[in-house]
Amino acid sequence: MRSHSVITGIGPISSLGVGPDAFWESLQSGSHAISPIESFDARGFRVRAAGEVRDIKIRDFVPKSYRKATKVMARDTELAVIAAKAAADDAGLKTRGSEDSDEGFEIQPARVGCQIGAGLIAAETEELARAVVTSQDDDGRFSMRKWGTENEGESGMNNLPPLWLLKYLPNMLACHVTIIHGLEGPSNTIMGAEASALLSIGESARVIERGSADMCFTGGAESRINPLGLIRWDYAGRLAPIDIDDNPADICKPYDSGSKGGLLGEAGGMLVIESESHAKNRGARAYARITGFGAAQTPRPYIPGSSALRTHDDIERGLSASMTLAMREANKRPEEIDAIFALGLGQPVLDGMELGAIREALGNPATIPPIVSLAHRTGNTMAAHAGLMTAAGALCLKNQSLPASSVVYGDPTPRNPLRTVMICSPSLGGQSGALVLESCN
Amino acid sequence: MQNGPTNGAQSSNGHRVVITGMGWVTPLGTQIDQTWDRLLNADSAIGQVSRFDADTCSTNFAAEVKGFDLKNHIGDRADAHADAGISTQFALAATQDAWTMAGMDQTPPDLMRTGIYLGAGEGVLDYDPFMAANIAGYNAESRSLDNETWARVAYDGLSPTMEVEQEPQLTSTHIAYEFGTMGPTLNCMTACAASTQAIGEAFEIIRRGDADAMIAGGCHSMIHPLGMTGFMRLTAMSTRRDDPSHASRPFDKTRDGFVMGEGAGILILESLESAKRRGANILCEVVGFGSTADAYRITDIHPDGKGGAGAMAAALEQAGIDPHATDENGRPLVHYISAHGTGTQENDKTESAGVRSVFGDLATEVPFSSIKSMMGHLIQAAGAVELMTCIQAVRTGIIPPTGNLNEVDPVCGLDHVPLEPRDENHRGGVDVCLSNSFGFGGQNDTICVRRFRD
Repeated sequence: MRSHSVITGIGPISSLGVGPDAFWESLQSGSHAISPIESFDARGFRVRAAGEVRDIKIRDFVPKSYRKATKVMARDTELAVIAAKAAADDAGLKTRGSEDSDEGFEIQPARVGCQIGAGLIAAETEELARAVVTSQDDDGRFSMRKWGTENEGESGMNNLPPLWLLKYLPNMLACHVTIIHGLEGPSNTIMGAEASALLSIGESARVIERGSADMCFTGGAESRINPLGLIRWDYAGRLAPIDIDDNPADICKPYDSGSKGGLLGEAGGMLVIESESHAKNRGARAYARITGFGAAQTPRPYIPGSSALRTHDDIERGLSASMTLAMREANKRPEEIDAIFALGLGQPVLDGMELGAIREALGNPATIPPIVSLAHRTGNTMAAHAGLMTAAGALCLKNQSLPASSVVYGDPTPRNPLRTVMICSPSLGGQSGALVLESCN
Repeated sequence: MQNGPTNGAQSSNGHRVVITGMGWVTPLGTQIDQTWDRLLNADSAIGQVSRFDADTCSTNFAAEVKGFDLKNHIGDRADAHADAGISTQFALAATQDAWTMAGMDQTPPDLMRTGIYLGAGEGVLDYDPFMAANIAGYNAESRSLDNETWARVAYDGLSPTMEVEQEPQLTSTHIAYEFGTMGPTLNCMTACAASTQAIGEAFEIIRRGDADAMIAGGCHSMIHPLGMTGFMRLTAMSTRRDDPSHASRPFDKTRDGFVMGEGAGILILESLESAKRRGANILCEVVGFGSTADAYRITDIHPDGKGGAGAMAAALEQAGIDPHATDENGRPLVHYISAHGTGTQENDKTESAGVRSVFGDLATEVPFSSIKSMMGHLIQAAGAVELMTCIQAVRTGIIPPTGNLNEVDPVCGLDHVPLEPRDENHRGGVDVCLSNSFGFGGQNDTICVRRFRD
């Protein structure tokens, strides 16, 4: 029998709100949080509304001594850092980063790991364009000769800050979090589009299980609400066009064949998980126990827009296999799954492939358990997605309540008591994963 | 998913994990033996950048993969991947070669229990339309970008396929599409540590019983304008423009930065049971993996090299090898360390300090070389290719040299195997190797491999 991890801290940061309380309130109210993009001028883009995280300043979430370093943080990193702090506070930890508090459990740096799911971070076009325009040839095209440092006269690349590259390395999410909190254990940055956080949480549980750490900061963060990121995700066939006066609820409808497509979001979804014995010894409150993890690949995923891989499977085979593996490890039968926290992007082909996989993994029952999805309310939060959904599942188990307004498909009758839920995610590239969470009550 | 019998692997209670296939695409070649010979000759693959006009760059040289054609590796099946990025194509080629070496075509593994763990890097930007949008969208008067114009030009010029193919996890998607694998599939990006981490994590996945076999390694190419720009701005690359073939000088007093390389390295890891069931030829055993974070600074390595030392110590502990012990002939138990050895002032100094702190008085007796001296720094692919050279050392008993090492910097001061390879066959060959990879931002990974003994 494998030793289990428990979730002792959650830090959901999304357009639905900052921190566990705001997140739980929004799960209960069923509020939507898609509105016209404010972080950049989105005129001319096919997507002009998204789920933006507002009213946060990164400076307020890092120790004073670290404020200077926030200059080299991309938005994705900011979201990870804020979510990690929220999760650490929620878990009652005292780390190098918690300067404002004398209370809390003092972590042992070498025994704390950090696995964060991340996405490809798009270069800031404003900053880059300002440098690029200095390097044009006579025809107004980008000139490498003028860009180079040995160019006579003014070099183009020297208009970029010296640390420019460090802003865009995906491992910077985990690097900043480990530096701020002093986490010296195993560290990883996992990239699997929407499955990134799920795979990170599963891998963190395995790191703890094999004894390489007592505790891990885990989850994911991502933002594509910027010009290049938005176009990339649009071109991946995952976004519906949306104007500023469109009603998002008319456009994105999870698991509905009449849905026009997905919405764009950004989020940080970080957790603190630890071995059950470690949590018990320090008297930590546990939301839920992670008792199963499965990961598998859909060999032929559906990537609309791309000509690189032309044929696709009829269902998300990897997702189905992941769910089966996770249930097997948790020793649960399909009928024991009380709710499923899934992706539900609102893109009909992808939703159909996802639902097909869920049905297959459950043995094609007449009714399937309630499915919770948030992508139509926060937008697709990609690498953060499963971090938010695991936080949602953990809150539902802790509070013994599955808010009806968050259930988008399946049997709407709430199960009482709520014992076992499953978090699952397919992804753009077919990488999939599933977790089984069980109540600690 | 029950753990299997221990089969005698030390200090682990999971499956023993062996390597049965490997393939690489490197600046020194794509075949194992020929490339190995070139490494032993200390041949340099470094020259002028041909991929783009880098003449006016402070670093105008790199180690490029030349004459590569995916068709030479996977035949007409290459057509299905024609739109994949260059590093994905490198990885597909290396995977096929590893797959063939492991005999996977004749005796296939259970594809449901065969996964992929890569440290694949991001794809290359679609430069012309992207730069055109930046130039067209820039308003000189307001000194800012007019997003509406930017969007019009970008939507018009950017190709959906090329944008999607920049997603790093799509390399593993192409491999799964081609080889039909359905097991756990992950991609990590821990900068220069990525493929060592990927192989280490794949080892753990098999050890704990979540898969029978894993395709593991990495691929990357940053030999493109902004890739090179990023490192030039960091002043991390050598600027020895007048003598590029000698520019990569790990541990040398005159080193002045790393040299960019590109490529892929892919290994087939499997449980010992799986390898035996398939009758595969076993190249070596993976016995330890260590992963740590410096948690120090974004821009600097901890001056004591303690993150790297922690990774080496953890890998050795898992392998059950005491770094302070010697065999009956007084030889250290670790016979070779493939250094991260980038040739930057800081890395080589701190990495050497880390080796000293782990091995103590024995540190100067453990051969410690860097093949980056010859093929440059393959960034996310570096760790996998370097682990393959460790396996070659085990197979042949010969340790590859550090090229261009004319005068060892006293702050490094270990057994760096300068200029000439070292034949260890007179004292029993090479049994145990470590391979180090450290990433920007302080992510450190070490793998320990050992000659296979049933």
